[in-house]
Formats: sequence, C-alpha cells, structure tokens
Amino acid sequence: MPPEMLFLAALDGLAYGSLLFLVAVGLSLIFGVLGVLNVAHGSFYAIGAYVAASAVLAAAGMGLPTWLAFPLFLISAILVGVVVGGTVEALLLRRIYGKEEVLQLLVTFAVFMILEDAQKVVFGTQPLFANAPMNWLGTIEVFGIYYTNYQLILIPLVALAVLVGLRLFLRRTSFGRAIVAVTQDREAAMAMGINATRIYLFTFMIGASLAALGGALSSATTSLTPGIGSGMIVLSFAVAATAGLGRIEGAAVAALMIGLGRSAAVYFAPEFDVLIPYLIMVVVLLIKPEGLFTTLQTRKV
Amino acid sequence: MAIKRSAAVAFALGALMALPALAQDKPKELVVGIATFLSGPASVFGVPGKNAADLFFEELNAKGGILGVPVKPVYVDEGAGTNQLISEYRRVVQDQGAQVMFGAISSGSCNALAPVAEDLKVVNVMWDCGTQTIFEEGKWKYSVRTQGHAGAEMMATLLYLMKTKPDFKTIAVVNQDYAWGRESWALFQAGLKALKPDVKIVAELFPKFGAPDFSTEITRLSALRPDVVLSTSWGGDLDTFVQQAAARGLLKQSTFVLPLAESSMERLGAVMPEGVIVGGRGDHYFLHPKHKNSAEMQSFVKKYRDKTNVYPIYPTFHMNQAVTGLAKAYEKAGAANGGKWPTKEQVIAAFEGLEFKSLTGTITIRSDHQGLEDQLLGTTKRVPEYPFAVYDKMALYPGKLVTTPVGEKSLEWFAKTKLDLVNDKSIETFDYSK
Repeated sequence: MPPEMLFLAALDGLAYGSLLFLVAVGLSLIFGVLGVLNVAHGSFYAIGAYVAASAVLAAAGMGLPTWLAFPLFLISAILVGVVVGGTVEALLLRRIYGKEEVLQLLVTFAVFMILEDAQKVVFGTQPLFANAPMNWLGTIEVFGIYYTNYQLILIPLVALAVLVGLRLFLRRTSFGRAIVAVTQDREAAMAMGINATRIYLFTFMIGASLAALGGALSSATTSLTPGIGSGMIVLSFAVAATAGLGRIEGAAVAALMIGLGRSAAVYFAPEFDVLIPYLIMVVVLLIKPEGLFTTLQTRKV
Repeated sequence: MAIKRSAAVAFALGALMALPALAQDKPKELVVGIATFLSGPASVFGVPGKNAADLFFEELNAKGGILGVPVKPVYVDEGAGTNQLISEYRRVVQDQGAQVMFGAISSGSCNALAPVAEDLKVVNVMWDCGTQTIFEEGKWKYSVRTQGHAGAEMMATLLYLMKTKPDFKTIAVVNQDYAWGRESWALFQAGLKALKPDVKIVAELFPKFGAPDFSTEITRLSALRPDVVLSTSWGGDLDTFVQQAAARGLLKQSTFVLPLAESSMERLGAVMPEGVIVGGRGDHYFLHPKHKNSAEMQSFVKKYRDKTNVYPIYPTFHMNQAVTGLAKAYEKAGAANGGKWPTKEQVIAAFEGLEFKSLTGTITIRSDHQGLEDQLLGTTKRVPEYPFAVYDKMALYPGKLVTTPVGEKSLEWFAKTKLDLVNDKSIETFDYSK
C-alpha cells in the first residue's frame, strides 16, 4: 500500500469525525450540564437534516441562488434547537431532573420515538436529498483522487469553529461561566443569583442546535430516510462515552479517533468497518472506565 | 297466539336465509393480511407496496372480488421486528380470520413466517422477498412465491454485464452489510468465477446498513480504479452512494452495476449519469419495452401517479403479481371444485403449475412453489421526456433461462454456468423508444 493512501484514509476520517463531533459535542454538553443522557438527541439531528433539506429544496424551487443554502443550514439548526429542543426541555425534561437516571433515559427514549413518528408524518418515508450545496462547492484533487470541498474543507472547518467557539463561550463570557458554575455546584450558583432553570433551558437549546447543525450539514451529502437519527445517537453516544461524558475537547479527540479508525478499517480490514467505533469504545473503557478525559486537567464542560 | 305466529315467521325466515349460505359456503369477505414495511428504511418499498395493494384490491372488488367475495386487506408492519411481526401475523389469522397472508418484503421475515404459516395452515404468498434458499432448502406446503428469486436476479445481472462489457478485468463490490448484501455477492461471485475465472476482485466492501457516508469507500475505489463496481444496495443507501460517487467523478471512472436501481431512478433524477447498468428485481418497469403502452399498464401508472405523485417502482409490480396470482389461484381452485368456495388446501394446490399474466409478462408457479419471472436489465440513458434516467439497450431474460432448476441449489448451479448462456437465443433485446 503506497504511503499516500494512508494520508487519503486520514482525510476521509477527518471529514467523518468532524460531523460526528458536531452531534456528539451537543450530547456531551447536555449531559455535562443537565446530567441527563438525552436519547432524543438523535431526533434533533434527524429533524435538523430534514428541515435544512426542505429549506434548501424550497429555496431552489423559488429559483434562489445555491449559496443561500449555507445561511439556511444555520437558521434551520437554530430554529430546530430553539423550537423543538426548547419545547422538550421546558415541557418534559424540567420535570425529571431530580428523578432516577433510568426514568430519564426512558423519558428521552419515548420522546425520541414520538419525534421519529412525527418526522414520518411531516416528511414522509421516501428518501429525501438536497445535494446542491455539496456540488456547488466543487471538488478538489488530492493525489489524483477527487474529494468534495464540502466534506473535506467545509465540515471540518465548521467543527473547528464550534470547538473553539464553545471553549471561548464557556470560559470567557459571563453566561458561559454561569453554565460552568451551575455544572459544578447548582445550589451555590443559585445562591449567587444565577437562574439555573434558565441556564438549563439555554444549554439544552445549544446542545440541540448543535445536533441539528450536524444534521443540516449532513443533509447535502446523504439521503434522509426514517431511522437516520437512531444510527447517529448510537455513534455519538460511543463518542461521548469514549471521551468521558461531559467533556468537550474530549469529544473532539474521540470523534476524530473513531473517524480515523473507521476509515483505516475500510482500507485494511473492511470486515471491521462497522465494529471499529465500538471496539475503540470498549478498549478505552476497559482501560479508563470513566472515559479518556477524566484527569484533573480537563474540566467538566 | 301472536307470539307463536311471529316466532314461526322468524323461524321460516331464518331457515330461508340459512339455506343459500349452506349451499354456497362462501365467506362474507376474504380477509388478506399483508406484511409490509410501514416503518424503517425499507418503507421505501413497503409504503409503495401498500399504496399499490390498496389500488389493486379496490379494482378487484369493483369487479366483484374473488369468486364474488369482496376482499379486505389488513396491514401488518414488518418494521416492528420479527417477534412483533410473528405475533401480529398470528393475530390477524386467528382473531381477524384472515384466510390468506402476504408475507413479506424482507427475506428474514419470510424465513420466520413460513413455519408460522404451516402451523396456522394459512395460504402464505411471499410477495416480495428474494432469498433463493427458502424453497431450495425447505419445503413449505402453505407458502408460495409469486415472483423470481435472488438467484434469477443475480444470474441475469451477471449475464447482462458479460454481454455489454465482456472484457472487464477488475471488479469491486460495495454491498450493504446484511443477509441480502452478502448473499447476492456470494451468488454473483460464484457465477463470475465460472464465466470469467481470470477477473480480479480488487475490493469487497460491506458498509453498515443505513450508512450515511461512503467517502472512504469511494476514495478507495477511486484509487483502485476497478473496471466494474457492483452494488446491490437499495433505498437511501443506494441514493447516498450514487450521489457521493457522482459528486467525486467515480461514476465516470468505472462501470457501475446496480441491480436494484430501478427503485431509485426517479429520486436520483439528474444525479444518475448515462451508462450505468440497472435492474429492478424482475421484468417490471413502467417503461417496459413490450408492455408500456398496454391499457392495463397505462391505467395503473396513471392511477398510481394520481395517488402518490411518483412513478410506480418494482414492489408495486410484485404486489400486482401477488394479488393477481391469488385471484387466479382461487378461480382455478373454484372451477376444480365445481364452482364452490375452495378450501385453503385446494387454493395452495391450485397455485402449483399456475400461469398468470402480470403487468409486464407471465408468471409461472413451479411445483416447488417458486415463481418463474423474466428479468429485465438495461443501461441508463438520459432523454428529454423524463427528468430522470431511463433504461436503454435493454435485455429481457426469460425466467426459465436464469432460474435455478427445481431440486438444485443456486450456489452450485451458478458455479457451473456456461458462457453460451450469455448469448442464448431466448434473450430479447430492445432500445429505448418513446
């Protein structure tokens, strides 16, 4: 195998890992702050994808230019995060924060099932795709092989922006610091005048928006079918667990590991392609049961 | 006195009403339970199948039903998992009195339901599933399949590839990682080794079922540059694969062979280029070169489009075969029974050797309950009449030619395929015409 193939495999892994990171970091953030493992996160991904694809197709139908798709992705993601995410938090999750973890898991799973059916009613069961934004950005040739700029450059850039943005937001802004404070000690934070209910709601909306953004970005590269949300929630849970739940930088590293591992598998052992993410997770958890990033240097959130 | 008289009248009336019922012994309605995917990724086939079934049963009932008995379809969701499917299947037979079941789309479901049908003694029409092993490895009295099987589909695909691109040297496969993806490749590979032993298989990739991204697979194929890329994937997986491969120029580099692409053509629209080898699990195609202008086909395509806004795809034709086959089997059994309503055993017996017209050809049910169905393959072409690719350079393979003979196993039969099959005289060819 020529050495440039290794490099090509790494490029594919980077693109895949970046998308995975966007979804997994939202899951991790919500768990870090709210302490709830949100299975419905997969639905936000799926709904984000469907809403973005519908918006792009509608815009194309009106004869609007293709570049509009990119702001539409962002708008759809925020819309889904705020409207769907906000509704779920305010009406449902708010009531179960003090309850057992099993109950929380079951409730979010129920929400996932309901939203899954709602998608079918609203968007139908036939595969839907809107690939114009991907084709609009064109291709780039690396060692004689064509890559789409969309997957090779845009998605990793967005992931990087989200990673840096989240770090700055949580450490430099007062609202971000309030989130960190609530995470570390909710009662003390409330005693200092921080409105924890509001913090929870906004964190949930941000996490849901990130999942929806991942979905929106993926809508240009993949066919949307019923069930895309469940595939994503399982993978992003593997990422979050490998990283240690609630760790943002950790999620980036774990997503990259799983992305690279998967594409290496396609080259060297295609039979293990499906298994790789879970194999990595099992190995990591056997050695470090709390996840990769549980040492004192990395703070929760 | 008054009470006595009215009681007598009531008795007389009751006797009068009971008499014809005794003579005909016909049920008030014939309940047909249909297992189909209403949820999950395979609903891309299941929902069109159901939409078509609604149309066909409506038509059948408008013409007086089966032997004068109206037919009532009841649907069961295959997407809920095998255990749930089996219990729903039993419920429809035992509580709702279904005398006939259509089960199912997934070969896994068919394998699970065949023994249940034996147990319940209910006529089970395998309306869409493809695994060839069902009747090759098992013997099911109550089950019958009204279409061809995976063996016939793969044999026709292989023969078509050999005919249109005889000098290819390398091939790669990208199939979904589940029973069908593995089984179809095993068959194709066995035949390929017999016909072209020097072909090099450069990659065997089995991405996860429902995978949202094939970038790595496409990079690897771009580097390997195989002459032929085979993929038996379907639904969203196939759409995603073709879309990503097209965006990265792979479809121009290699000849793609996509035996299930008929069901994705309309959705793929402008993405599907010319020169791709495509099929649709049988001889069905709404632009079938021999039947596209028949009154039945035109009326079906129109009704189906009015109802769903899309062109019919292969599961709708499979549903047509199941409904027509069932009606014909009842008629045949009824005639043999002196016009009386036949028993389930008589209906099953009538299926053996039954020949009936489908929308695109003739189906024959063999003694092993396997259907013989022709296979149509083509190469994509872009035409101004449709916003999506259509079949050109079509070849129609007779079911008898490409189906494993009774009593033989497909894998073994494939391994002894001879080259003269490629240009057999019974194969008809057609070009696209308006």
